[in-house]
Amino acid sequence: MGWTLLRGWTALVYLFMFLPIAVVVLLSFNASQFGSFPMTGVSLRWFGELAQNEAILRAFRTSIVLGALTAVISTTIGVLASLALVRYRVPGRNAISTLLIAPILVPEVVLAVALLLFLNALSINKSFGLLLAGHVIFTLPFVILVVQARLVGIRRDVEEAAMSLGASPVQTFFQITLPLLAPAVFAGMLFAFTISFDDITGTLFWKPGGVETVPTQIFAMLRNSISPEINALGTVMIFLTAGLPLLGIALARRLALQRGG
Amino acid sequence: MTVEAREARQPFILLSPALVSVLLLLIVPLCFIVVYSFWLRTATGADQVGFYLDNWREALSDAFYRDILLNTLKIAAITTAVCAVMGYPAAYVIARSRGNKALLLLLLMLPFWISYIIRTMSWINILGASGAVNSLLMTLGITDEPIRMLYNEASVILGLVHFLLPFMILNIYVSLEGIDTTLEDAACSLGATRWRTFLEVTLPLSLPGLAAGGLLAFVLAAGTYITPIVLGGPTDAMFANLVFEAIITQLDWPLGSALSLMLLAVLGALVLLYNHFLGMGQLMKGLS
Repeated sequence: MGWTLLRGWTALVYLFMFLPIAVVVLLSFNASQFGSFPMTGVSLRWFGELAQNEAILRAFRTSIVLGALTAVISTTIGVLASLALVRYRVPGRNAISTLLIAPILVPEVVLAVALLLFLNALSINKSFGLLLAGHVIFTLPFVILVVQARLVGIRRDVEEAAMSLGASPVQTFFQITLPLLAPAVFAGMLFAFTISFDDITGTLFWKPGGVETVPTQIFAMLRNSISPEINALGTVMIFLTAGLPLLGIALARRLALQRGG
Repeated sequence: MTVEAREARQPFILLSPALVSVLLLLIVPLCFIVVYSFWLRTATGADQVGFYLDNWREALSDAFYRDILLNTLKIAAITTAVCAVMGYPAAYVIARSRGNKALLLLLLMLPFWISYIIRTMSWINILGASGAVNSLLMTLGITDEPIRMLYNEASVILGLVHFLLPFMILNIYVSLEGIDTTLEDAACSLGATRWRTFLEVTLPLSLPGLAAGGLLAFVLAAGTYITPIVLGGPTDAMFANLVFEAIITQLDWPLGSALSLMLLAVLGALVLLYNHFLGMGQLMKGLS
């Protein structure tokens, strides 16, 4: 009896998490011009309008470029740091780890204010560069956590074998460690991309006037009212930000299967 | 240079981009806003450099700020408690289920990838005047007029719970997963009922995960800015909204700095307390 009750509760919890999202997807196909119930029919009209909306397309481009740059920079820095923390005896390792994770623990609003004011004091005005720097510092801890976790699982002997056969540390890294680490690097990049793509609080502080990312664009549109177009945009975002990682996981699994034989 | 010296330097060469980033983009800016909070906003709109306590006096003594800070902490506490009560049984079921564990975990990860602003606004579709609930109630004839369920403190908490629940479940799940199940079997074989086994073995052993999830949920909820704007009424501003107002709208950067530091101090104290009693290790486990 108890177990059934627990499972029922769990089903309700999952329903709670997914029902609102399902409703966004459902309403995005609403033929009515209001983004709400009752639905008057099924239509792709709002996706069409979306594809015509210059502001939204521009926001998409900004978000994708920002997310991609954030992912590359953050993952590069993160992989180097993880290597040092896992593969070397570093004095003050715990303090350094905590320092590198700190951006998660500082409330995002505070981080946003600090960075904005500091760069402004250096006479660096709001720019795409500030936005990028903010996103990198914000995603770095997540990349380090993901990469470190995987690196701990890669046996050191393989690297040592390569070195004893005459490979330089750089060669060893690119030919042995990196291929083994690839899934984590990939996961870290995806993680950084989605976090950057989704970020809104910091972005609102850092973005220069006139520049919008997809979340800030949605936020601005919400100020008026909820329209079917927002639901359509939400649906696109759901499939993009959840679909991409799912695709990534499927790909990684297939690769691992092929390699593992 | 000796080989040893070169080897000792290597990790720091690898670490330097990360350390420089964190120092330059987080630590130094944080020190800088401490300094900034003692400057003064003048009537002309320029910031006067110096050592003035005015911002701090205003931030600490004005009942307006204090009330919103207390309200923010209250909302964060309720959100955390609701997440714990809703999430614990779910985490338990995931940890102890055999067949569909992978699927349940994947579904739990999915919300992390679905945009926060979309998840927040999705509640308007559910609770709004012409949302799913009201639409259903009116179709069934239970009510003639839409019931007002949005734009109050409860809808803010609901939105926050929806956002933070996966964090909580994942953290509890990780610590439940780490429990040696033979301990539970041992308790059972010694005659404890399942409920007693849970209360005296499982629950205590999973408390670190509950605490890690609770800390994350509380800190994230207390720092939230978007949810009260989208789902709250005009009087439901939280502390982060005050900071945004001061910095972006009023351009009163010294006051905004003092307010930011106030929030950081309160939440930082909590993190330090957590670190003192439980250490950061558990939090790292839950995050990765």
